[in-house]
Amino acid sequence: MRLLTHNMLSCNIKGVANGFPLRLEAEKWVEKEVELNADFLRHIFPKIEWKALAGAARAVGYCELPEEADAAMLDSEDFLRRFHHALLEIHVEEGALVCPETGRGFPITKGIPNMLLHEDEV
Amino acid sequence: MPRPEVQAPPEIFYNETEARKYTTSSRIIEIQAKISERALELLALPNDGVPRLLLDIGCGSGLSGETLSENGHHWIGYDISESMLNVALEREAEGDLLLADMGQGLGLRPGVVDGAISISAVQWLCYADKSSHEPRMRLKAFFGSLYRCLARGARAVLQLYAENMDQSEMIMMYAMRAGFAGGIVVDWPHSSKARKAYLVLTCGPPSVQSYLPKGKGEDGAMCSEDEESDDDGNQTVGIYDRTRPRKKAKINKNGKGKEWVFKKKEQMRKKGYSVPPDTKYTARKRKAHF
Repeated sequence: MRLLTHNMLSCNIKGVANGFPLRLEAEKWVEKEVELNADFLRHIFPKIEWKALAGAARAVGYCELPEEADAAMLDSEDFLRRFHHALLEIHVEEGALVCPETGRGFPITKGIPNMLLHEDEV
Repeated sequence: MPRPEVQAPPEIFYNETEARKYTTSSRIIEIQAKISERALELLALPNDGVPRLLLDIGCGSGLSGETLSENGHHWIGYDISESMLNVALEREAEGDLLLADMGQGLGLRPGVVDGAISISAVQWLCYADKSSHEPRMRLKAFFGSLYRCLARGARAVLQLYAENMDQSEMIMMYAMRAGFAGGIVVDWPHSSKARKAYLVLTCGPPSVQSYLPKGKGEDGAMCSEDEESDDDGNQTVGIYDRTRPRKKAKINKNGKGKEWVFKKKEQMRKKGYSVPPDTKYTARKRKAHF
């Protein structure tokens, strides 16, 4: 799972009002190089919750993202590279996603988060 | 062979042997690739070369996602079968995979996704595999969450095999209730094997742009396996209805009438039955106090 997906996912349990962002507890992650596409980054930037991305990047040991970001920073080559690396090149392999409200954990195995809910959570 | 939907729930049906077929059978791979190409075409993403973030609902072994990756898009795949997802890992699917049940809702932030495709998956929602499953609630949860997570004006193309008219109507109804506009596009409607129905949904109120694309092979062109004929049909099918309306029974409020009774008696006489003679009492109305 890339941090792109983590940034889109929110907790789906019934009655949870504020299920975003899911806390990322990463145990194992890998980095895979992907070609940088500035158009995609500019397109996706307004949809990214920056705080959540920066927090998740810290959870996998990548601390080079600024705390705050705005669209003007997209012109900087250096910023784009960091953004790209955090968003698309880090794959979380093992760990868990934890709902911020209920503390329910969704385990990640082999890079696939298990988002299945129990019957009483639907 | 009975439909897979009635044999077992999806997470059981798509076990390792079934999932294995999706890496070994070139026929399945080819069909899946063709359907997903068509679905991507129907998605009508703007042709500006910018990669999009798409959803693949029921991604299975990632065959459909492969088409998305080939076109440069990023995608998030949902599937309920672990075996299928393991195959997707083996095939090194480029999108992110989630083990999730679409009937429980997608669990994404609102307005973040640029489009969604689904290949032969949504009809599974019409079957209750557990006592806690209520198909209507599951359809509602699915379409509601899909509508929320799509960006305004984004499309969802869901290829599905509905068992009958009731099913496709039910799916359609819940899509409309969620707020989607759109309809069903049928490719190769005259062929029983190649016939494919795509539910093309647009997020947001219907506008001039949200026209429904045309189905392929509507004008009687036949689908050949190796040769793709590109002359699109000229007819769009809203809902493909195979059941004709019944003939209205000719009953007025006074009953069937004297002539009808005489006619029937005459018919029975001709057949050789013994029929009482026609008299002034025949088919006469009884008095009200009887």
